[in-house]
Amino acid sequence: MTIKQLSIFIENQSGSLKRVLGMIQKAHIQIIACTIADTAEYGLFRIICSEPVRACRELKSAGVAVAISDVFAIELDNQPGGAANVVGLFSDAGISIAYMYAFLLDGRGIMVFKTSQVEEAVGVIRRSNLHCISESELPLNA
Amino acid sequence: MIWNPNKECMSREQMRELQGKRLHKVVEYVYHNVPFYRHKLQEMDLSPEDIRTIDDIVKLPFTTKKDLRDNYPFGLQAAPQSEIIRIHASSGTTGNPTIVGYTRKDISIWSECMARSLTAYGVGREDTFSVSYGYGLFTGGLGAHNGVEMVGAAVVPASTGNTEKHARLIRDLGITGIACTPSYALYLAETMDRLGITKDQIKLRIGAFGAEPWTENMRKEIQERLGLKGFNLYGLSEVMGPSVSYECDEQNGSHINEDHFFPEIIDPVTLEPLPAGQTGELVFTTLTKEGMPVIRYRTRDLCSILPGECPCGRTNVRMSAIQGRTDDMLIIRGINVFPSQVESVVLTMKEFAPLYMLVVDRVNNLDTLMVQVELRPDFFNATLDTPAAIEDLEQRFAARLRSVLSIGAKVQIKAPGTIERSQGKSTHVIDKRKLY
Repeated sequence: MTIKQLSIFIENQSGSLKRVLGMIQKAHIQIIACTIADTAEYGLFRIICSEPVRACRELKSAGVAVAISDVFAIELDNQPGGAANVVGLFSDAGISIAYMYAFLLDGRGIMVFKTSQVEEAVGVIRRSNLHCISESELPLNA
Repeated sequence: MIWNPNKECMSREQMRELQGKRLHKVVEYVYHNVPFYRHKLQEMDLSPEDIRTIDDIVKLPFTTKKDLRDNYPFGLQAAPQSEIIRIHASSGTTGNPTIVGYTRKDISIWSECMARSLTAYGVGREDTFSVSYGYGLFTGGLGAHNGVEMVGAAVVPASTGNTEKHARLIRDLGITGIACTPSYALYLAETMDRLGITKDQIKLRIGAFGAEPWTENMRKEIQERLGLKGFNLYGLSEVMGPSVSYECDEQNGSHINEDHFFPEIIDPVTLEPLPAGQTGELVFTTLTKEGMPVIRYRTRDLCSILPGECPCGRTNVRMSAIQGRTDDMLIIRGINVFPSQVESVVLTMKEFAPLYMLVVDRVNNLDTLMVQVELRPDFFNATLDTPAAIEDLEQRFAARLRSVLSIGAKVQIKAPGTIERSQGKSTHVIDKRKLY
């Protein structure tokens, strides 16, 4: 029900994002969605990409601090209030969302989020009949 | 194995008698050949005849790094230039470099001291030994090199730089021993990991590590990652170079080649000699050196002389690991801080590489300390994928630092590979206070 996301530790220094993107390019990995959580001194670059396991291995062996996390990717209704409705369902069930971001997949809005309450989240998704995007739905043309 | 049992296992009385004779000789020699020492002795109303036994050494004046700099380049050289066959220079980052000239006899004694060290580590004729100290003005490379040749092992003069090539040679040539700085050993281990060279593909069994202070934790990590036994090798160019002292198989203190280098421990403030077991500044007098002898040279290294006998059978005294430098010591908000204390904490955190940098500054008349550490790719995982989790890691580290240092430090976590790796002496401090 979850998909794999890479989290990459990047220092706030010009050239460090370029360096990591260069490695991803060299490994023929395609980035599908990304976001950066930034702090004063560093950022966490989070990406949904093709072949996340291989991507993680290659980045790690090049000396990059990278980790794989499991995140939910839920399709939103394509109308005002789409995100509010989904977040509302989780909030009502007492589930905290650590972070979220969104991307478009073939015109559909997809909300990516991370929670530590995985089992509860799965319950909400089942009960509410939400559509979780699986790895196989992501474009994997490397 | 013991290279020279006659000297390394001498009875204490015989050793002190030999040291006394040699001290008298070296004082007489510098009195007649180095105006600097002659003037100093004359000022104190001392003549070489006043120095008869090793106990008389306390009458003599100290020599400091500043004296060496002030007499740049050859002011303290005792031998005529025609007798000098090699010249080394120490790093001159804070002024004139220190120039040290060696006579043929000096080089021969140095080689023997190095051979004693290597033999204590277990190096023999069958070994292939890579010297990975810098070859050049620095005494590490050539000093270790001569000793390996004297022992009869095959020396691979790898020097520093081109670490990937070196890592492959260690595997391909079946190199069994290596001499380098401990931080370079860790860098080499990292490089091997990156190249996919595993511990069972290499034959390293002995490491001679020196030229910078290191801790037991660092020893454990190097031994584990490279699959060898790591021994301390101590030295300084002002006295000779590597092999002033060396560890034996006990790995408990380094035996000093005290028939050539007489050690004393003094209180760095009062300059009074301290008894065995007490930590203070290490002072050396060269007893046999011809090129540039030094009398009571203050090394600025802090350590103690270990009391008691060593089970290995050697009778020459042992010094403890270096616990700091009188000049490395930082005074931050009135508290003495040694970089080695920070290192001991860094090494307890599996999330961080064994590298660190202390950045000291003064903001609004208040000293600040920031400790930079580097994430280790193999210990970075999903539990660290939020700023909150990283902040939590920072705070755990900061709490441990506070308990060891007794002052608060700001922590900065950096990306892998961003803290400079040293290939010679590593620097761990950036002091921006400009107090001097």
